Amino acid sequence: MSKIAFFVLAFLSIFSAMMVVFSRKPVHSVLSLIFCFFTIAGHYILLNAQFLAAVHIIVYAGAIMVLFLFVIMLLNLNAESEPHKTSAGKIAAVVSGGLLLLVLVSVLKSTDGLQLSASPDSQVGMVKNLGMVLYDKYMLPFEVSALLFLTAMIGATMIGKKELD
Amino acid sequence: MFSLSHITDLVNAWLYQQFPPTLALLLQFVIVGILVITLFSILGLVLIMMERRVAAWMQLRLGPNRVGPRGMFQTVADTVKLIMKEGMTPNGADKLMFNLAPYIVMMVSMVIMAPLMFADGFQIWDINIGVFFITAISSVSVIGILMAGWASNNKYSLLGAMRSGAQIVSYELSAGLSIITIVILTGSLQVSEIIAAQQTGWWIFKGHIPVLISFVIFIIAVTAETNRAPFDLAEAESELTAGFHTEYSGMKFALFFLAEYVNIFVVCAIGATLFLGGWMPFHIGSWESFNHIMDYIPSSVWFFGKTFFLIFVIMWFRWTFPRLRIDQLLNLEWKYLLPISMFNLILVTLMAIMGWHF
Repeated sequence: MSKIAFFVLAFLSIFSAMMVVFSRKPVHSVLSLIFCFFTIAGHYILLNAQFLAAVHIIVYAGAIMVLFLFVIMLLNLNAESEPHKTSAGKIAAVVSGGLLLLVLVSVLKSTDGLQLSASPDSQVGMVKNLGMVLYDKYMLPFEVSALLFLTAMIGATMIGKKELD
Repeated sequence: MFSLSHITDLVNAWLYQQFPPTLALLLQFVIVGILVITLFSILGLVLIMMERRVAAWMQLRLGPNRVGPRGMFQTVADTVKLIMKEGMTPNGADKLMFNLAPYIVMMVSMVIMAPLMFADGFQIWDINIGVFFITAISSVSVIGILMAGWASNNKYSLLGAMRSGAQIVSYELSAGLSIITIVILTGSLQVSEIIAAQQTGWWIFKGHIPVLISFVIFIIAVTAETNRAPFDLAEAESELTAGFHTEYSGMKFALFFLAEYVNIFVVCAIGATLFLGGWMPFHIGSWESFNHIMDYIPSSVWFFGKTFFLIFVIMWFRWTFPRLRIDQLLNLEWKYLLPISMFNLILVTLMAIMGWHF
């Protein structure tokens, strides 16, 4: 049962990730990306990490992608207004992408097998256990990253304010 | 005593006895799906009728009184009319997205139903993260609205969708913060545990003034999130014709309309669960006989009674307050509600640590 669900979800996430790249309209790309995030949240639920799944939806699909949609819809980008890319640029993109793939594959091959320790029934993803780990073992990194977010937020506000004057 | 959990237990046991586990689970999915769709159609009929009755009552009118006894079948007639109408797609619209958007909005309100507890032991999925799941999923409905507004290829629709997006994204914050106050007091995100914590008294009574403040903020925020008056800028008729669903007709329009009413039901059900004790009956400290009489009222009646009371309050707002301007709307959220709810959150945390609540 969960195996079938996994294969369906995996197919959907790869398909939607491809659609992000191949669709002509930017809005369609963003929507495929949102769908891709949903399928990844489904993978989290299969791994019994419900909290991570909800966080993934609320942060990526609910907040970041809505901002993306706002910007793209207000700029009214369409397939027609897309700047034409030269063939030299396309070849360069294909070559660099292929090189990146080569590096990734070689790195993955050099690792001696991925050690998967978490079983599908593990309780690590439950909100209580996750909270204990975050606020106990990784207290400092957690707080530092919160501070980083706050700084970024204030920075964005400052940049936004400057343009108003 | 009559209880819905007996029926669900019986059905569950029978299904697992008759079929292999995988098939039984799939059959349960089908049963739950049919039940949710039935609930949706009943809610649509009842709530639209209720809205028109309340509106008529507030304005000293008669309201619908032609179709059926006392106009009871008015919504049925309206639904038949909408089904018969042609569902048009404008020529310049993005066909796929235009037709997909109403279903996404509908699907979101269906998925939110999952952790709601309709009666004692009557719940679809008692998920570990309960109310957080609800917040996460409800943040997705804005995508459906933005899709509808953009795909219509109409200036009014796009403006309506943008307003609606800005409104939902900002009011989500105070709604979330007021949900967190209850989570802090309970110490759990699970819906069943939040209700169980209110056995000795509902949070609105046990939690003193801070919980009362967060209840008021919650009601204001969810009124804004469901795009209801006085926060219905997204479909302000005098400015934007009908907002993001200007171009929709027939059944696709009906889906948006239905989703709005179901969303009102869902947010009121969450409010009733968090602050008014869900299906828990009303108890007063040591009045044993009074408490026993209250226990005899079925839990589903308690839940739906509280929910419909909150729905009535939200319908009352519509005829009491004039519509806000967009800058007033955003000022209210960012300059008043958000600071108040953050301060309130600190107060509640202090209260929970010191154990000052009952």
